[in-house]
Amino acid sequence: MDITGMTAVELGKRIQKRELSAVDAVKAYLAQIDQVEALVHGFVTVDREGAVKRAETVQKKIDDGTLAGPLAGVPAAIKDNLCTKGMLTTCSSRILENFKPTFTAEAVKRLENAGAVVIGKTNMDEFAMGSTTETSYFGVTRNPWDLEHVPGGSSGGSCAAVAAEECPYALGSDTGGSIRQPSSFCGVVGIKPTYGTVSRYGLIAYGSSLDQIGPIAKDVTDCAVILETLAACDRKDSTSMPRENYDFRGALVDDVKGMKIGIPQDYFIEGLDKEVKEHILRAAAVLKEKGAAVEEFDLSLVQYAIPAYYVIASAEASSNLSRFDGVKYGYRTSEYEGLHQMYKKSRSEGFGAEVKRRIMLGSFVLSSGYYDAYYLKALRTKALIKQAFDKAFEKYDVILAPAAPTTAPELGASLNDPLKMYLGDIYTISVNLAGLPGISIPVGTDSKGLPVGMQIIASCFDEAKLFRAAYAYEQTKAYERPRLVKETRKERRER
Amino acid sequence: MAKQYETVIGLEVHVELATKTKIFCSCSTQFGGAPNTHTCPVCTGMPGSLPVLNRQVVEYAMAIGLAANCEITRVCKFDRKNYFYPDNPQNYQISQLYLPIARNGYVEIGTGGTRKRVRIHEMHMEEDAGKLVHDEWDDTSLVDYNRSGVPLVEIVSEPDMRSADEVIAYLEKLRMIIQYLGASDCKLQEGSMRADVNLSVRETGAKEFGTRTEMKNLNSFKAIARAIEGERNRQIELLSEGKKVIQETRRWDDNKEASYAMRSKEDAQDYRYFPDPDLVPIIISDEWIERVKRNQPELRDEKLKRYKKEFDIPQYDAEIITASRHMAELFERASALCGKPKKVSNWLMVETMRLLKEKNMEPEELAFSPENLAGLIELAENGTINSSVAKEVFEKIFTDNVNPVEYTEKHGLKTVNDEKELLKVLEKVIAENPQAVVDYRGGKEKALGALVGQTMKAMKGKANPGMVNKKLREILQ
Repeated sequence: MDITGMTAVELGKRIQKRELSAVDAVKAYLAQIDQVEALVHGFVTVDREGAVKRAETVQKKIDDGTLAGPLAGVPAAIKDNLCTKGMLTTCSSRILENFKPTFTAEAVKRLENAGAVVIGKTNMDEFAMGSTTETSYFGVTRNPWDLEHVPGGSSGGSCAAVAAEECPYALGSDTGGSIRQPSSFCGVVGIKPTYGTVSRYGLIAYGSSLDQIGPIAKDVTDCAVILETLAACDRKDSTSMPRENYDFRGALVDDVKGMKIGIPQDYFIEGLDKEVKEHILRAAAVLKEKGAAVEEFDLSLVQYAIPAYYVIASAEASSNLSRFDGVKYGYRTSEYEGLHQMYKKSRSEGFGAEVKRRIMLGSFVLSSGYYDAYYLKALRTKALIKQAFDKAFEKYDVILAPAAPTTAPELGASLNDPLKMYLGDIYTISVNLAGLPGISIPVGTDSKGLPVGMQIIASCFDEAKLFRAAYAYEQTKAYERPRLVKETRKERRER
Repeated sequence: MAKQYETVIGLEVHVELATKTKIFCSCSTQFGGAPNTHTCPVCTGMPGSLPVLNRQVVEYAMAIGLAANCEITRVCKFDRKNYFYPDNPQNYQISQLYLPIARNGYVEIGTGGTRKRVRIHEMHMEEDAGKLVHDEWDDTSLVDYNRSGVPLVEIVSEPDMRSADEVIAYLEKLRMIIQYLGASDCKLQEGSMRADVNLSVRETGAKEFGTRTEMKNLNSFKAIARAIEGERNRQIELLSEGKKVIQETRRWDDNKEASYAMRSKEDAQDYRYFPDPDLVPIIISDEWIERVKRNQPELRDEKLKRYKKEFDIPQYDAEIITASRHMAELFERASALCGKPKKVSNWLMVETMRLLKEKNMEPEELAFSPENLAGLIELAENGTINSSVAKEVFEKIFTDNVNPVEYTEKHGLKTVNDEKELLKVLEKVIAENPQAVVDYRGGKEKALGALVGQTMKAMKGKANPGMVNKKLREILQ
């Protein structure tokens, strides 16, 4: 049985039918981790013993009938910025290298209540700041499609682990594209839900007004099922919102007849890789053939999204990250004289360059005399972008866009030019600023053999439409495994 | 002639609200627990934790704002005030800058027969910080987060006060309003009410304000009065020497009766305030305001008017009694029980005030029940005990809240109304005091008093003095 090749839902079904146990499942994934983790490095922490124990507990509950459901007994990996009680939670930062939370994030708890077996914590850009997973203190994660390329970021570890079949699904977080862009680079499906859909309680904040947790998996069905488990209005998160519709599986029908799809012209001009553009337009044509009405429109304001995003996210981050000071938990410098030196040295040594850059940027834009010119202006821009999308959704059910301007760049190519790296977020950032849901689904590979992802964006709380379009497209195309997985499978068979 | 100076004072008053739980989590606000026992991930700023606003804080803040004639901000928000200090676990304090809960109010104060308004600039909600404990032996500091997240309101006045008396009157007025609302116990010594004094001086008649300083660490009304006097003199001295007052924060040392500079305006921190993205705006509807108004208890000024009308007690008495909500409640309940408000007022005004002064207590600390006071008044009024016994019993009520009926019974303090027994004693007293009898019969009224005293003494105070008097006159006629 090709356990690790299954989707989460397929695996869950087999477990329900007693064709295999939760323990078999977790062991199969641990074996795959043994095989590929040294190459991919998707994880910061793999909790082998704990995972097997949890699988045994879950299996007992399945056996005595107290636990059922599509995710019962199915392993999961969690991005390392989600708190897991007693399990290292580092945000891939030195400053939290030894931090074990005293409580579990609400999103993880909901998965565990549904029978998920957490196998470990995935690598990420430090504090989710970056687009390549190269800013991790614990080393880079490599793209399973080509180990010389980045997996994207910041949820690069989660996406690479799913693509490399080290876990059937993973949780990521998305502040400016951190689920959708690496999903696109790794050829998997990842969704950022409407802001307020998944509780942020226990997510170590980067940009609180933009952060949202979401699932990453092999297909759209998995994402819909996992999101049904995650979505809930949580009293512990004041920005959490009650929804009218928590049914996402119902939207999984292969029918887009009459669906109105908009393609923003402004997304298809300079800066967009030619091959990526062709793939997206081809995918749009597929949906058109299936009966959707596809048309181009002018979204505008796109060029303002990036500066607005970096002002808002950095401002919030500069404050959110001030609690990491060496006083209460995490890294403290070894030698210091007095409180101020302890603060300064602990933070200078504990944070990496990209995090420091954003803390400084954020502190600057909030400084007295600059607040109005930067922060307030950025908030106004955010409101205008929301308005522009609202207007578009009066006309269209969903919007199609690339998830990133290129496929995955080579390792080391992005870090020395942060501005260029920031520009890579152009297609994903507006969605966070407007609080919208967005999904990235694989639509093919480029001439280098790297996956291209298409982003589908819907109006707030309209995940159902987004799932429907994504599902319909997915029916036209088989899931593609990365070369690494195919090769290791071949090796295994040959042995 | 030396120049005349005028003092200009504005106040920032912090009040700890009397909610059971903290402002952003469900930890207890109780004072004095073992260190870090009233804490959770939220009030210790653990990564991933999120604040959830306690609605009771908003209601108390609204009630205070309304009682202080403020406009309530219909869409108000919390902001983060960013600064690094270990007593502040997130290294930012959740406070309000841009849209505080209440603005543009005033309270009326009276000093020496004149009344004036002190305007309130704004009032906002915020969280308190933890407490640092310095271990001198170990040369380390420890932090206790029990107080972290206890709700505060900060009330910022306009610079409308001109003397220490006005400042004290303003603080007393605020304290009275807040205590009446039940929003805080306002104890300066325990820190549930804290005041920072902004003070400047200017030549009398000048239009512009002088440079101000801010004085911290003032934990009693007396310290505030002394600090104002001290700072006023320091500033006048500087100015008369041709020097300048520097805008700075100063710390008052009440033991040394002197202040010293903490930090000047130049090293003032940039707090980088911005709206807290973890909290949603608070929308305050007309209905909510109406509900808070409806639930508001009768405040002091209204009580004063009602007392004069309803109970017919003197203005002065009504003022003393209503100065404390607790005393006012004692008065009203005891009056309702015994139906003799004037008697209740008397007991409170004379004996209660005497004992409070003697024991150095605040009216809020009165621990006896209105039932026992009312019971005592009935015993005294129906002649069961005489007035000196009543005073003795009241002391026991004051200190131990004894039941007066049981107490007088148990200690045999009831007045003896048995005529036969009294006559026996009288005969004996007359026989033993022939000179006094002669004197009285010779027209010396005073001599009768001595005989009454002897009788009371012989009966261990339990006789009814009126009756003794009457019987003696009958016998000696």
